[in-house]
Amino acid sequence: MDIKLQQVSYAYAQGTPFEKRALFDVDFDIPSHTYQAIIGHTGSGKSTILQHFNALLRPTSGEVHIGDRLIVAGKKAKDLKAVRQKVGIVFQFPEHQLFEETVLKDIMFGPMNFGISEEEAEARARELVSLVGLPDNVLDKSPFDLSGGQMRRVAIAGVLAMDPEVIVLDEPTAGLDPRGQKEIMDMFYQLHQERHLTTILVTHSMEDAARYADNIVIMHEGKNVLNGSPRVIFKDVATLKEFRLEPPRIVRFQQKIEHMMGHSLSKVCLTEEELATEIAQALREERAES
Amino acid sequence: MMEKMIFGRFLPGDSPVHKLDPRSKLIFVFAFIIIVFLANNTVTYAMLLAFTLLIVLVSRIRLYFLINGLKPVLFLMAFTFLLHIFMTKEGVPVFESKFITIYDEGIRRGIFISIRFLVLVFMTSILTLTTSPISITDGIEVLLNPLKAIKVPVHELALMMSISLRFIPTLMDETDKIMKAQMARGSDLSSGPIKDRIKAVVPLLVPLFVSAFKRAEDLATAMEVRGYRGGEGRTRYRRLKWDMGDTFAIVLLVAIGVLLFFYRS
Amino acid sequence: MPEILSLNNVTFSYTPENPNSRNAVENVSFAVEEGEWIAIVGHNGSGKSTIAKLMNGLLFPQQGDVRILREPLNEENLWESRSLMGMVFQNPDNQFVGATVQDDVAFALENNGIPFEEMVKRVHAALEQVKMSQFLDHEPHHLSGGQKQRVAIAGALALKPKLLILDEATSMLDPQGRAEVLQTVQTLRAETGLTVLSITHDLEEAMLADRVLFMNDGKKFAEGTPAEIFALGDKLVEFGLDLPFALKLSKLLQKEGVPLMGQHMTEEELVNDLWTSNFNK
Repeated sequence: MDIKLQQVSYAYAQGTPFEKRALFDVDFDIPSHTYQAIIGHTGSGKSTILQHFNALLRPTSGEVHIGDRLIVAGKKAKDLKAVRQKVGIVFQFPEHQLFEETVLKDIMFGPMNFGISEEEAEARARELVSLVGLPDNVLDKSPFDLSGGQMRRVAIAGVLAMDPEVIVLDEPTAGLDPRGQKEIMDMFYQLHQERHLTTILVTHSMEDAARYADNIVIMHEGKNVLNGSPRVIFKDVATLKEFRLEPPRIVRFQQKIEHMMGHSLSKVCLTEEELATEIAQALREERAES
Repeated sequence: MMEKMIFGRFLPGDSPVHKLDPRSKLIFVFAFIIIVFLANNTVTYAMLLAFTLLIVLVSRIRLYFLINGLKPVLFLMAFTFLLHIFMTKEGVPVFESKFITIYDEGIRRGIFISIRFLVLVFMTSILTLTTSPISITDGIEVLLNPLKAIKVPVHELALMMSISLRFIPTLMDETDKIMKAQMARGSDLSSGPIKDRIKAVVPLLVPLFVSAFKRAEDLATAMEVRGYRGGEGRTRYRRLKWDMGDTFAIVLLVAIGVLLFFYRS
Repeated sequence: MPEILSLNNVTFSYTPENPNSRNAVENVSFAVEEGEWIAIVGHNGSGKSTIAKLMNGLLFPQQGDVRILREPLNEENLWESRSLMGMVFQNPDNQFVGATVQDDVAFALENNGIPFEEMVKRVHAALEQVKMSQFLDHEPHHLSGGQKQRVAIAGALALKPKLLILDEATSMLDPQGRAEVLQTVQTLRAETGLTVLSITHDLEEAMLADRVLFMNDGKKFAEGTPAEIFALGDKLVEFGLDLPFALKLSKLLQKEGVPLMGQHMTEEELVNDLWTSNFNK
């Protein structure tokens, strides 16, 4: 399912003395099955944009296309449920949305709101619990008796249970320890591939964007200022710095190496593994020449 | 909807009214609420209205914001106006039809009651719009201090109030976030039969309470670690300063009170 | 170096009545000496935060004792001990008590009965130290997470503590906020030699410390300089942490057959080794 933003602007508390504009003519497309990263500082407008992806916010001007649905400024859209079922959002600290008596019921909440039968919802919950890396016996426990990391996984299962085509992730690893972070990010990447999802990752982490995304949009002061593949975006370090963003550590290290060797490697590397291979390759060539 | 409400909000500025000590403003508004009831004829009501508009002017709050932000209250005012017009059966009839007779006394009372309503709402709104909630709390704490003698826990109450005020924006954001998260999971708070809507509040309230308790617990820990153990032996960082302007405000109010008393019939 | 705080064979369980439950902290001993920066690392649930609560008497151990300036911590000296330790917690929102920045910084001073004139001086000085002076009258919800944590640090500094404890103070912040806070702590250390204890799972933060305590399942698994701790390599990963970037890359390069003299903690060392092992022959 494609998502298109056309000239989208948004202002909070419009028409009051407390009015605050958050988005200015934001314009970009997210084609189906893309892993899209949206990067920016706090206050750059990324969390406002993300609420437009399933019509939680309606633009104050401009258009949002979600699949074949069109959300326009000024017009109240009816029956948004279909849109919301297709676009699942994992909010930052999603464990804060848990409320049911048992993990099972909480995971079933989403699908049942969208008219899925109880049997089907329960089957999905049972499947998803192991998918997100939890033991089966948590299903009958209260979500509030679990550890923070486990609660996060339950909340994620609750969104996945809606069987969305697009999944929006808002800083999904915030507050987790390094192992938890890696497990969650790898899990989403695997899902992205296996279920042919469109994944939108809203993040501060250049490292995650470099490692997982097909395409990156950079937000700055309510505008989308850069748009391109990670290799293209991270090649131009000077432009990134204009927006007060640091390229990923790997890219910065690659620059040091290139400086040392006196020439560039064949591509901008996005993971440690890639960089190690590239350096080894370059050194072999160097040796062959001398 | 909530964003547009102006009642109870603070609009920072540096007008003479903003600069007044919260104590003088609190005394002023409470006394004003009482003397409003002195007015009982055209002259006194006109005086009240003019005085209120003067204060609005000095506070540099745009009248448009006041009226726009107070729409829900103005609706209530219109309602009481109509009520008086239709219910009063005294004076000279000015309009007669098969169903209803309107008397001049009804119109007069309707207008008076509306003015009374308007000046009260304007004055209290100006108080909150020009005084930060924490200053109001400080003011109340100092004014209520004598009650300590009869064992009213004034310090604790003021601290509770200031912490509540401090957490209102945080909890508002939290509510918005949880509401959006549940809406994204297909929960529908704004349509359907009333029974369903009440049910839809549970997924909002439970997480909100869980989070509020967690915050309260964290905050209590942080306060304890920072050495909080009740009001005993505490010094105060926030100080109030009574200026010439404050005295002037009170004198002005007394003057208005005297005038009202003099001109009422 | 005079000792500021120590834990001596401390064991703590949240459910002491249940003998089968795991102790949150088991037989942990360590000492913090004046002027050093010590980091306690471990995965979530490794007992790090329980240790923080034991240090300032929010919890008391079932076995062993906690000593502040060599005095065992008890009910009598609790408040005085707390005034010697400034503490910054994880959630920037849930520790901001005051209505504005300056009120919040003054909170601990008010509690300790510091006279008004002295308070004003200390509040301004503390905010100057964390570079938040221009935010005196800001309300918390208009500040970023990093700024709120800096205010919390100022609130701790105002009491002139012997020890600053950061309990996962950077874990909820964005990269910018995290950098702000760490920069602030580093500057403070350089200017005043403040003793710092940080509890974290961020290895970049731990690398700044003089000494690292590595916790796993409530027990102290290792203690040493950052270099010594990171030399544990895969053990760190096994216990839920990560490897520093340079170390990870060193390993990958060696796997690719790139000649290196060793594995490195910092990028500079790695670049130098690459240079000397491959070009400078």
